[in-house]
Amino acid sequence: MSTPYAKLPAWADYGLIPLINLLVAFAVAGLVVLLVGENPLRAAVILVEGAFGSGQGIAYTLYYATNFIFTGLAVAVAFHCGLFNIGGEGQAYIAGLGIAIVVLAFDSTLPWWVVFPMAIIASALFGALWALIPAYLQAKRGSHIVITTIMFNFIAASVMVYMLVNVLKPAGSMAPQTRQFLEGGQLPKLGWLLAEFGLKVRPSAPLNISFLLALAMAFLVWVLIWRTKLGYEIRTYGFSSKAARYAGISETRIIIVTMLISGALAGMMALNPIMGDQHNVPLDFAGGAGFVGIAVALMGRSHPVGIVPAAILFGMLYQGGAELAFEMPNISRDMIVIIQGLVILFAGALENMFRPTIQGIFASFSPRSVGIAAKGERA
Amino acid sequence: MAENAIELIGINKSFGAVRANRDIALEIPRGTIHGIIGENGAGKSTLMSILYGFYQADSGEIRVNGKPTAIKTPNDAIAAGIGMVHQHFMLVENFSVLENVILGAEGEALLTKSIAKARSELRRLEKEYGLEVDPDALIEELPVGLQQRVEILKALYRGAEILILDEPTGVLTPAEADHLFRILEQLKEQGKTVVLITHKLREIMAITDNVSVMRQGTMVATRKTSETTVEELAELMVGRRVLLRVEKGEAKPGAVKLAVKNLTVKDSRGVTMVDDVSFDIRAGEIVGIAGVAGNGQSELMEAVSGIRKAVSGTVMLDGTPIDLTGQADPGELRDRGLAHVPEDRHHVGLVLAFDESENSILGYHDKPQYLKGPFLNLEAIQKDAQDKIEKYDIRPANPRLKTANFSGGNQQKIVLAREIEQDPGVLIVGQPTRGVDVGAIEFIHKRLIAMRDQGKAVLLISVELDEIRSLSDRILVMFAGRVVGERGPETSEGELGLLMAGVEHKEAAE
Repeated sequence: MSTPYAKLPAWADYGLIPLINLLVAFAVAGLVVLLVGENPLRAAVILVEGAFGSGQGIAYTLYYATNFIFTGLAVAVAFHCGLFNIGGEGQAYIAGLGIAIVVLAFDSTLPWWVVFPMAIIASALFGALWALIPAYLQAKRGSHIVITTIMFNFIAASVMVYMLVNVLKPAGSMAPQTRQFLEGGQLPKLGWLLAEFGLKVRPSAPLNISFLLALAMAFLVWVLIWRTKLGYEIRTYGFSSKAARYAGISETRIIIVTMLISGALAGMMALNPIMGDQHNVPLDFAGGAGFVGIAVALMGRSHPVGIVPAAILFGMLYQGGAELAFEMPNISRDMIVIIQGLVILFAGALENMFRPTIQGIFASFSPRSVGIAAKGERA
Repeated sequence: MAENAIELIGINKSFGAVRANRDIALEIPRGTIHGIIGENGAGKSTLMSILYGFYQADSGEIRVNGKPTAIKTPNDAIAAGIGMVHQHFMLVENFSVLENVILGAEGEALLTKSIAKARSELRRLEKEYGLEVDPDALIEELPVGLQQRVEILKALYRGAEILILDEPTGVLTPAEADHLFRILEQLKEQGKTVVLITHKLREIMAITDNVSVMRQGTMVATRKTSETTVEELAELMVGRRVLLRVEKGEAKPGAVKLAVKNLTVKDSRGVTMVDDVSFDIRAGEIVGIAGVAGNGQSELMEAVSGIRKAVSGTVMLDGTPIDLTGQADPGELRDRGLAHVPEDRHHVGLVLAFDESENSILGYHDKPQYLKGPFLNLEAIQKDAQDKIEKYDIRPANPRLKTANFSGGNQQKIVLAREIEQDPGVLIVGQPTRGVDVGAIEFIHKRLIAMRDQGKAVLLISVELDEIRSLSDRILVMFAGRVVGERGPETSEGELGLLMAGVEHKEAAE
């Protein structure tokens, strides 16, 4: 028999609790900063200013956030089906191959607005295909998708190294990457959009139109999950596979379809660094975004409205963290990873740590503001 | 010493805005069997959870043997001599009886000593109360009746003087229940106090000395059992007069709607759960399947409704076979007019995290009236849900409310409304009133009878013998996967009970 939890009002559930989690994460991170002999408050100021203090900073923050929106959505869609897709990293990485094929073939002849849609399809297709095998194994053989998707990350990494070193690398080049894309393979930057708000952005800032694609995808994911028959089936299976069986929803089909969508979303992440910033396909361009996506989805409660701000928060940590490492020599790149880890720990893994306390406080102050949550029938 | 084993004074407990217990006063005299009845959600379980230390009352006092006692945890309750036998057993399946009995009271690091002590103690309890059970048997190999005995032994081993039993007969055959009652009588004779929580009025009348009735969080009455009647108790529970017997006319059976032939089903471990079962159901009749839980009824029901693989046999729906390979599409069967109210509404029949309206289309979600292309037609779904809410008096009448927040009876009405309103030719219903309050039971029974009178075929599976007897036109009894007899609804409970316990027909007649 569990303690019956009072249900919190939505603003506390979606606003207050994540905020408290975040503050605790930063407090602990502050202790770490103190430990290496730096002033935590100054560190916080540098972090936030680095991320949001200038047009350039914002452009970088949103650029990183774009990656995390895609991967966060990918993880969230799978979550709704009760699947834990740890393979966003590999799916995104492999998607780079699809983009390379399209762009290398057409960037000299076609304009970007023709190449881009083809690249979107290619990235989604390659990401989806990379998720298909684990999905099939889960649906047909019961091989746990967590294990298989992790393994597929390693396979993806090896495949990409092989492809970049042995196949895609231009003859005579020393770097394991494709040739630079021509104009047709380069996405327009969004710096001008920030400039509209009076911010100064250098043309080198990587924010590009894949950010808008990410926002569009966030909207489409919302439509998919809450407004379509497929989304209804995904959620039914995610909550109860038995209820899904009873309702005539095919387990095999729903697992595979969901993972294809998840993989496609993860795959689209590759567009941002490849076509938006680097203009080639380098090694390791995914850079852990697939894993950050898990934290983003957790923090965003698998809801697009939560995922976008969570992705921006992690974008801030990436961008502000880089500034911090630059400004404070005692704080290395690894320290930033520790801070990110703390945020993931408190916002993701320990998400419910403060919930009972807060619910208790709410219940004692205003019993009317809280309804009762599910208590089964044993009330 | 005080006369009352337990005295509760002014107990209040709220969960958020819901007052589960208000100003409860209760006196339970020592050495008696005291029944507590009430509908689901009346607050019985909450009250007992307070007494056993799972919850703490917001205000009020508990006196045990006249002494005010603070019970903050189950350990406090045990120390005060209170033991509890839960509805769902709290036993470790792959431990032996002895190991389960000493669990939580192991004593020192090495078990040898406490095991030896427990063994001799069990022998004493066995002699004193007739609680025979092999101390070295594994729990998973024991029938539920014996598992329950282990739960009682656990409580007594810890020195319980006051024993609380929460719905103890739900999983027992009538014979096992009788045996349990004899044990309780013996406990009473030895001066122990027994608190029996149940919704079965018959049991209250049969065994208790006093009975307290709860309704909507309050204690509405306490009666001496000898001075009250079933009708009075039912009225106290519900707050209005209740029809306990279902009124129904003669069945007018028509053509065969569902024909089951030589059906054999195995479970995932390869154990035969349904063994060569054959029967027909005709239009306009209710066929009840009686049996103690776990004798293959659930598997039979799942196989017939196409969601479980059958090893052999055929099931014909309106003369056309149903795919029994386990690959059947339940959606297609629904199109053919086979509706199914599953036994487990929490995990199968409903998605508790969904809105009421979302659940009102579960399984019918690909019907064109609920869709606009690939999109859900939310407007139509809401309207449809609202209609069903009105027709079935589902409360609260809010299709956007999360299903988990409805009471058991209303959840069941959501499922029934969904299945019945699709106007199926055959309705398979499992445990239609499990965990459902008396008022809703009446409503559900009337609906099922109405289905029958409209010429539908109804297959009813229930562990409630009363329900089977009052609704069915024919009763099949299942034991160990086989249909061991077919009887009419007028058959005595004793005879059905013997069949359910696997006693052959000839012996039963003797």
